[in-house]
Amino acid sequence: MSAPRMPDETGVPDWEPYLHPALKKNYGQWSYHERPRNGVLLHVAKSGDKVWTVKAGSCRQMDIHTVRKIAQIADDYADGFIRFTMRSALEFMVTDESKVEPLIQACEDAGFPVGGTGPSVRMVSHTQGWLHCDIPGTDASGAVKALMDELFDDFKNQDMPNHVHITSSCCQINCGGQGDIAINIQHTKPPKINHDLVANVCERPTVVARCPVAAIRPAVVNGKPSLEVDEKKCVACGACFPPCPPMQINDPEHSKFAIWVGGKHSSTRSKPSFHKLVAAGLPNNAPRWPEVGEVVKKILKTYKEDAKDWERMGEWAERIGWPQFFEKTGLPFTKYHIDNWRGGRASLNASAHIRF
Amino acid sequence: MAKEMHATPLLDQLESGPWPSFVTGIKRLAQDNDMMVDLLGQLETSYRTRKGYWKGGTVGVVGYGGGVIPRFTELKDKNEKALYPSAAEFHTIRIQPTPGFHYTSDLLRKFSDVWEKHGSGLLCLHGQSGDLMLQGCTTAAVQPCFDEVNAMGFDMGGAGPALRTASSCVGHARCEHSCYDEYAAHRQMINAFLDDMHRPALPYKWKFKFSGCANDCSNATQRADEAVIGTWRDDMKVDQEKVKEYVSTKGRKYIIDNVITRCPTNALALNDDDTLDVDNKNCVRCMHCINVMTKALAPGDDKGVMILVGGKRTLKIGDTFGTVIVPFMKVDTEEGLDELEDLSGRMIDFFAENALEHERCGEMIDRIGLANYLEGIEVDIDPNQIDVPRTNPYVRMDGWDEEVAKWEERKA
Ligand code: HEM
Ligand code: SF4
Ligand code: SF4
Ligand code: SF4
Ligand code: SF4
Repeated sequence: MSAPRMPDETGVPDWEPYLHPALKKNYGQWSYHERPRNGVLLHVAKSGDKVWTVKAGSCRQMDIHTVRKIAQIADDYADGFIRFTMRSALEFMVTDESKVEPLIQACEDAGFPVGGTGPSVRMVSHTQGWLHCDIPGTDASGAVKALMDELFDDFKNQDMPNHVHITSSCCQINCGGQGDIAINIQHTKPPKINHDLVANVCERPTVVARCPVAAIRPAVVNGKPSLEVDEKKCVACGACFPPCPPMQINDPEHSKFAIWVGGKHSSTRSKPSFHKLVAAGLPNNAPRWPEVGEVVKKILKTYKEDAKDWERMGEWAERIGWPQFFEKTGLPFTKYHIDNWRGGRASLNASAHIRF
Repeated sequence: MAKEMHATPLLDQLESGPWPSFVTGIKRLAQDNDMMVDLLGQLETSYRTRKGYWKGGTVGVVGYGGGVIPRFTELKDKNEKALYPSAAEFHTIRIQPTPGFHYTSDLLRKFSDVWEKHGSGLLCLHGQSGDLMLQGCTTAAVQPCFDEVNAMGFDMGGAGPALRTASSCVGHARCEHSCYDEYAAHRQMINAFLDDMHRPALPYKWKFKFSGCANDCSNATQRADEAVIGTWRDDMKVDQEKVKEYVSTKGRKYIIDNVITRCPTNALALNDDDTLDVDNKNCVRCMHCINVMTKALAPGDDKGVMILVGGKRTLKIGDTFGTVIVPFMKVDTEEGLDELEDLSGRMIDFFAENALEHERCGEMIDRIGLANYLEGIEVDIDPNQIDVPRTNPYVRMDGWDEEVAKWEERKA
C-alpha cells in the first residue's frame, strides 16, 4: 500500500489568475463609479478604463448544473470571469458597453434576476438550517427563498432610502450577522431533557459551563447521572443543546421567530450598531413562513415611506425615535423590548427627551 | 437514472415564485443521484416535523485536524437503519476560495466536475465566514475529493477551535475607496498562521476579515476577532470643479441635506462659491461624503489600516463589536505587512494562552480588561481605543505617576 498523500498546505490561493484582466490591470487604481441602471455598476479607473458589472441574484446553495450555467454565461457574455459577493450575488464584468444588454438578457433568461445594486434590498444572508446544521430550529435556504420571492421588486429596484441588509439565523447562536432586519429563531421554552441519554452523550461540566445564566446543574435522575435546569432562570437560549443534544431545545410549536431591526456593521455616518428586538412570537411556519414575510414587508414599507435618503434602517429609527417606530409600523411594544441583560441599563431613556 | 423520488409536497412549494429555487436545483441533481433523492426525503421530513436530523461526528483527511463538517442522519427506524440511507452520510468540505471570490469559468467547471465525481453536486457559494462549501459527501469520498481539489491548488478551510477561513471586500480589485491591498493582507495573514487552521488547538475560533474602508463591506467590525479596516491619515482629496458640478446638477439643497448635514462630526461646509471646505482634523473617515460624491472626493494618499479586535456573535455574553486597538498602521510595503503579521501573531498567541475553553477573544478581553490585554500583546494604550474615559471611580490609581511618565515618554 502506498503512503497516504499528504496535503499541499497552500492556504489562500493567489487571486491573480482568476481576476478579470481589466481588474488586474487597474488593481488599486480606481477613480469612481456610477450606477447606469438597476443592477449595473460602472467603475472607471484612473487609466480611463471602464468596467461594467452586471449583478444578479442567485440562491446560495447551488447545484453543479446551475454552476455550469453560470460558467457558460461568463464564457458567452462576460470574458470568462465571474465573482461572487458576500451575499451570494453573481457579478459578471465586461469592458465593452455593448455587451451589457446581452449579458443582462442572458442572466434574466437563465433565471438570475438582475438587481441588488444601490439602495435596494439585497439578497438575505443566510445560514445552513435543516439542510446541513446539527442544531437548527428551522431551515435557512427555504426561509430565504420564500422571503426573496416576496421582496423581489425591492431587490430589482433601487428605490429604498439606502441599501437594506437582511440576515436570518436558524438558532440563537445566530450565524447570521447584524442586519438592518434580522430574522432569528427565538426559543420560548426551556430544553426538554432526555435523562436516559445525558450520561452517555454529554460531558456534564462543559454543558454546565455553557449556560449564560448558570441555570444548569448536575443531578441524578432515575438513578442515572444527568442534568437539571432551573426553569425560572433559563432564558431558553439553546446554548446547552450543541454540547448536549439530549437537551432538546427545538420545538415545532415553541421555537418561534423574532425580528430585529437596525443592525449596521459599517462606520458610515453613524457608528456600527446592534439590531434591536421589534417583533417576536411568529410561528415557524414552513415551507413559506408567511407571518414573518408580513412583518418584514410592513417594516420595509414604513422605512421606504418615512426615511431620508442614505438613512440606514437603524439611523432612521434613531432619528424618529423608537416610540414612533412602533407607532408607524403598528408593531406592539411589550415588556420584552426592555433589555434586562447585563449592560441593558444603557438602553434606557435617561434624559428629558420625549417626542410628542 | 436514480432511485424513485420521495413525495415532497412541502418543498415543492418552494419551486414557485421569481427567486431562484435551491429545491429545483436539488431535484435536478436527484434525477441521477441517489444521495440527493434521499436528501430531499430527509429535508421534507424536517419541513413536516419542524425538526433537524443531523448529528456531528469525526471525519477528516490525512494530515489535517479540521475543515470537514461531518453529518450523519438521525432519521432511523427501530433497527437503527437509516430511513434515507443514501444520504446517511452528508458531510461538508470547506475550501478556501480566492480573496474577493473571483473565478474563471474554467475553475467553476473544474469544481463542478470534481464534485460531480465525488459528491452530491450541491455547493454553497459561499458561507458567511467565506468558505466555498462542498455539501454532501460520504465518509469514503472525502479524501479522494479533497485530494483532487488540493491538486487544483486549493486548500481546506477552517472549522472547530481554529483559525477560520477569512474574507475580504472587493477592495483593490474594483473599488475606488480601497485604502490598502486587502487580498495581499488576507493571503499573508492566513498563510502565516495556517497551522492554526489545519490543526485546531486554539481555545475557540479566530476569524479575520479585511475591509478596505469604513464602509466595511466584509462586515469585519462585528464578525471578526481581528478586523483589518482601511483608512488614511492625510487630507481627503477634493476636486473642487467636480464639487461644483455636483452642486449644479443636484442642487444646493440636495448637497446640504445629503452631504453637509450628514457628516457625523460637522466637518463639512459648502461655501458661497459652491466649493467644499473639509475640516480634515475632525473628519473621522466615515466615508459618507465620499460615497455620495465619489467623483469629487476621495481618501488621501497616506493610506493604511486600523485594527479592531473582539467582534463576535451572541454566544455567550451577547454580541460584541470589535474595538480599536491600533488606530493606524502602514501596510503598503513588505515591512508593513510583516509588522501586521507580527502583531497578529502576538494576538493569536495571547488568545491561545489566556482564553478559557470556548471563549472568544472579545469575551476574554471583557474578562481581563482592555488595558491588561494591550499589555499582553505589547500594544500601547491610545485614546483612540475608547469612546469616553472611565465614568466610575472604582479603581486603584496608586500607579498614577508612573503611568503619566509612560505617556510623556510615548509622546516624546
Ligand atoms: C454547532 C454547530 C455549528 C454549525 C454546524 C455551524 C455552522 C456554521 C456555518 C456552516 C457557517 C458558515 C461557515 C463558513 O462560511 O465557513 C457558520 C458561520 C458562523 N457561525 Fe456557526 N456553526 C455552529 C456553531 C456556531 C457557534 C457555537 C457559534 C457562536 C458562538 C457560531 C457562530 C457563527 C458565526 C458568527 C458565523 C458567521 C461568521 C462570519 O460571518 O464570519 N456558530 N456557522
Ligand atoms: S444559525 Fe444556528 S442552526 Fe443555523 S447554521 Fe448557524 S449554528 Fe446552525
Ligand atoms: S437553554 Fe440556555 S439558559 Fe436554558 S439551560 Fe440551556 S443554556 Fe441555560
Ligand atoms: S469596504 Fe470600502 S474599499 Fe472595500 S469594497 Fe466596501 S467600499 Fe470598497
Ligand atoms: S468622511 Fe465622513 S467624517 Fe469625514 S468629512 Fe466626510 S462625512 Fe464627514
